[in-house]
Amino acid sequence: MSDSVSTSFLGRTLRRRSFLRVAGATAASSALVLAGCGDDTPTPVVNTTSSLVFANSDLGVLNFAYLLEQLEAAFYQKVVDNFPSDFTAEDKAACIDLRDHEVIHREFLKYALASNAYDVSLSTPLIFNFSSFTLTTRAGVYAAARTLEDVGVAAYNGAGKLLTDPAYLKLLAKLASVEARHAAFVREQVQPGSFAASDVITATGPLAGLDTVKTPAEVAVLIAPFVPVPLVTDGLMTLS
Amino acid sequence: MDILKLISDISKVDPEVYDRLDSRRRVFKSLGGVGKTVAAAAVPGFLSSMFSKAYGQTGALPQGIADILNFALKLEYLEYYFYKKGVATSGLIPAGPGLTALTQIRDDEQKHIAALRGVLGSQAIAELPESAFDFTGSKGGTRAPLFADVYSNYQTLLAVAQSLEDTGVRAYKGGAAGLMANDTILTAALNIHSVEARHASHLRTMRRGGPTVAGAGTGASPKSWISGTDGGGAAPAATAAIYGAGNPAASFPAESNVTQGGVNLQTALASFNFPAAAFSEAFDEPLDSATVTAIALNFVVGNTL
Repeated sequence: MSDSVSTSFLGRTLRRRSFLRVAGATAASSALVLAGCGDDTPTPVVNTTSSLVFANSDLGVLNFAYLLEQLEAAFYQKVVDNFPSDFTAEDKAACIDLRDHEVIHREFLKYALASNAYDVSLSTPLIFNFSSFTLTTRAGVYAAARTLEDVGVAAYNGAGKLLTDPAYLKLLAKLASVEARHAAFVREQVQPGSFAASDVITATGPLAGLDTVKTPAEVAVLIAPFVPVPLVTDGLMTLS
Repeated sequence: MDILKLISDISKVDPEVYDRLDSRRRVFKSLGGVGKTVAAAAVPGFLSSMFSKAYGQTGALPQGIADILNFALKLEYLEYYFYKKGVATSGLIPAGPGLTALTQIRDDEQKHIAALRGVLGSQAIAELPESAFDFTGSKGGTRAPLFADVYSNYQTLLAVAQSLEDTGVRAYKGGAAGLMANDTILTAALNIHSVEARHASHLRTMRRGGPTVAGAGTGASPKSWISGTDGGGAAPAATAAIYGAGNPAASFPAESNVTQGGVNLQTALASFNFPAAAFSEAFDEPLDSATVTAIALNFVVGNTL
């Protein structure tokens, strides 16, 4: 018993060491982003040739989740700031709820990451680009929301196994099912009866009836059109 | 275990151990309340996870994982038979979107049974028969029913359906951390968990009167997400426990919880001026297996699930 325990404890200690190193690397990559802006004036412009590198650690996973929540929050904020003219009172109320939830998710992860948040040293947050969406119509807003919510669900489902710390897994699971509730709701607005359709729920085979899962690399490709810097998920992809 | 002796032993092979522990403490301090909670909560789970990783990958599943999956399997049978009978009861569910949705959910639950049985293999429990369940809640006629008209009143059917799905979401969330030793199984469970959440959301949408009734700020309820404790749910006398705290409450708080990772978000984010309900809606809470069992037993004939 004591041998196994000490091995485990050592494993934990060593992991913690790499975690520290990686936390530093995350900060360094933020510094790189800033470095493109010049030394004297901390211009809030992100150098678009820099990239956002996610570390191969729990903190890397949490930063990835943080980015996703920032993206969703920014999307719904944009909707709430300028509702489509064909939005009903119910649509507005729903999108305010969705905005509130995603902002809370974002702010919670920011708290959890504290100085390890990828953007802690950026003077302004990333500006997301939603120009590929049609946000002037009800149909356009819900179609866009469906895209983002489904990506969120698949991303969380793929991220769970990458985590080492059970406390983080428990926290992400609390967010994941709320994203799934959102996804079912917005899907229904786009296409009645599609809350659990076969484009998201595996129809046949040993995984039939299960939701879809996406790796960080797959998620990065899907959200790349909205994010102003390249996303580097190689580190996350080495996790298991 | 003797932590100090352990650290001393480690220092023989890793002289830097004391520095590491110290710098780690600083890191967690900088993470604030969240980090401290996380650090304290993580140690026992991590140790057990390491054990399982060492021993759990080949041959039979570790008992702890098999137990979690078999428990999930029982809940899937509960759900499946509930929808099976509902869909088969003529005149109960209006033809059209309602019947389509409930048929789809029935089929998903049946697939979950197959998926779990596939993972468990020979470690799966025996198939549960339909006669093991009584969805009126009368436990085989041994007490007054909780939902006497569940198979004659469509709204009652939907109310029970929502209750079962919301319970399922909490149950899978409660079991997830116990599956961390096996990435494949954890991922499968998470992918069932989110399907249950999609079901729950949609049943709530159906109960509210359709997708275009948002339920937020309009007085329509329930919302597609759980708001506070939802007033005790679809039938508070029978369903309040589904939204309440589990045991221990510190690990399994009620759905109305607004403190995450040691931070009271309603207080910390007060400057956003969001309605109080939003802070609970944004997070679903896990539930322990004993509390889930007590809820499920309302629909089981006999006193064991």
